[in-house]
Parts: sequence; structure tokens; C-alpha cells
Amino acid sequence: MKWKIDDGGWSPYLAGALVGVLAIVSVVATTQLMGKSSYLGASTTFVRAAGLLQQTIAGDNALINEYYTKTKIRIDWQFMLVIGIALGAFLSSTMDRSFRLESVPPIWKERFGSSWGKRAVWAFVGGIVAMIGARMASGCPSGHGLSGMMQLSVSSFVALSMFFGVGVWVAHIVYKRRKS
Amino acid sequence: MNTGQWLGLFTGVLFGFLMQKARVLRFEKQVGAMLLKDMTIFKFMLSAILVGMVGILLLSNLEMITLSHKSMNVGAVVVGGALFGAGWAIMGFCPGTSLGALGEGRWHAVFAIAGMVVGAAFYAELYPVFKTTVLAWKDFGKIGLPETLGVSQWVIVPIFWAGVIALFFWFEKKKI
Repeated sequence: MKWKIDDGGWSPYLAGALVGVLAIVSVVATTQLMGKSSYLGASTTFVRAAGLLQQTIAGDNALINEYYTKTKIRIDWQFMLVIGIALGAFLSSTMDRSFRLESVPPIWKERFGSSWGKRAVWAFVGGIVAMIGARMASGCPSGHGLSGMMQLSVSSFVALSMFFGVGVWVAHIVYKRRKS
Repeated sequence: MNTGQWLGLFTGVLFGFLMQKARVLRFEKQVGAMLLKDMTIFKFMLSAILVGMVGILLLSNLEMITLSHKSMNVGAVVVGGALFGAGWAIMGFCPGTSLGALGEGRWHAVFAIAGMVVGAAFYAELYPVFKTTVLAWKDFGKIGLPETLGVSQWVIVPIFWAGVIALFFWFEKKKI
């Protein structure tokens, strides 16, 4: 087993194990410093971002919505964690020179051509559908996939199976070239 | 910024750094896994779960932390999970990796991020409808596998480890 992969990245087993350690330390740190055990997650932050955006446009009345009241619209620990992910990825990719400006990913280009507009529209549509699903299921591959599985939550086993099962099915329909 | 915000930022930077190093943020890796051609994201996620699981269950036994299960609401998890899977395949990012992908220059992720913010607003708008329909079917509550199966978590953990390690060997053998 190689610890380094060809382009200067790390073995996913090694980086994954380190994220496991980070997850443990993070739960202990949030329990100690914030008085409540918090687990790695990302999708709730999108609700908070939507709420804050609506509040900026339409004022405080936008937050009367039941789901926003329940979620508590504020910039919290997880919100900063999600911003931190972007910073961490920027740091890492500039350090090992894997930072690339990319408008259309290769698999997409091969199947649908190099139009970035087309990619943008579908990324947007996919984002809407995925986030409705993630909020309905109360989690994404971070919240359910990592944190829920670590705790042996029943819902996370079911959610991750659905995420991946349907993902495999849809990906095969969308990206596989039909043989003519 | 308060302590919680600083802690979140610091944790997020490390999380993003490690995901970037493992190359799991990219569209190619996410869709590659769904096309069953490149299992990098599974090697990464399952390694994190194997390590994290032992520490978290142990610390919860010692009452140093509290577990926080998400509800096993059948409609929510099954329908929501399916919607997420479909959107994930088209978008090629998940909520956490989209920000990371943007950080490493894959700027088409901004459209995915914008879509997810709009999706979250739609969900908030539609929540009263979902609450009386999909979310009202059957809710088993916040349950863990050990109490559901009636076996100790220290029986489940070694079995889970063995299964995942076998899967890792299979990935390496198939070179996926």
C-alpha cells in the first residue's frame, strides 16, 4: 500500500484515518468548550445560509418560517466549519500545486461537451434536488455518512445505502454512453 | 468571533485540508465512485469511520461525550436519501465537498453551492407540507444499531471492521 499517490496527494486510507482522529478530537473539543457534543456535518449550514440571505433581502419577516425557527438561523460552529473546508482545501491545493481552475470536469465534458453553461445549469438543478433530500433525511455524506456511521445510527446505515444506491443508478443513466 | 466559531473554523480547515490531500473533493472522484470505477471516496470515508467509531463509542461509554443519533424516520430517510442520491449524481459534489472543490479551484462548484442554498430555501418553504406527509409516515426515533439488534456495540464494531477491511482488499485487488 502506498502512502503517497502519484500526483502528490496522500493515500485515502491515511487521510481518512486522520479524519477519524479529527472527528474524535472535534467531538471532545465541542463538548468541553461549547458544552454540547457536536459532530462533523455540512448540510444544516445551507439552511442557515438560505435564511441569512432571505433575511438580508426581505428583513426579519423572512425568518418567521417554521423550519428556520427550528434550525436557528445564525453563524455557528458548523457554519464556520464549512467555510473552513474551503480554506483548508485552498491551502492544501496551493501547497502541492494541485489547484486547478476548472469550469467543466472531464467526465462531464466527455459525455455532454465543453459548454460551461450546460454544466452550470445542471449543477444548480442537482444542488436543489440534493439539498431538499439532505434536509429531509437530516444529513448528508458528512452528517450521516461519517458522523452517523461512527455512532452506529440506524438511520445513517439506511441513508447512506439510499444515497449511494440511487447515486449509482442515476450516474449510470446520466454518464454512461449508450452503445450504438 | 466566539469560541465555537473559531473552533469550527479550525476544525474545518483541517477537514478540508485532509479531504483535498485524499483527492476526494473532485467531481471525478465522486462520480467515479457512483460509476463503480474509482472507490477513493469509500476508502477515505470508511477509514475515517473505522477509526472514529472506536473513539466515539468508547468516549460515550465513559460518558465524556453524548451520542447524537438522527431520527430513523422512514419516509424522511428513504425518500430524502433517494432525492439526495439523484442530485448528488448530477451535481457531482456533496454539501461538504462542494466548498472544498471551490477551494481547490473547481469553480463550477459555485453553481452547485447556489443550487443547494436555493434547495434549502425550498425545503424550508415546503416543510409544513412534508411534515404532514413524508415525515409523518413512521418514525422509529433516534435509535442506534446495538440496542436495535440487542447486541453490544463491542460485538458490532469488530464485525464491521472485518467487513470493511475485506472490502478494502477487494478494492485493491480490483484496482478500483
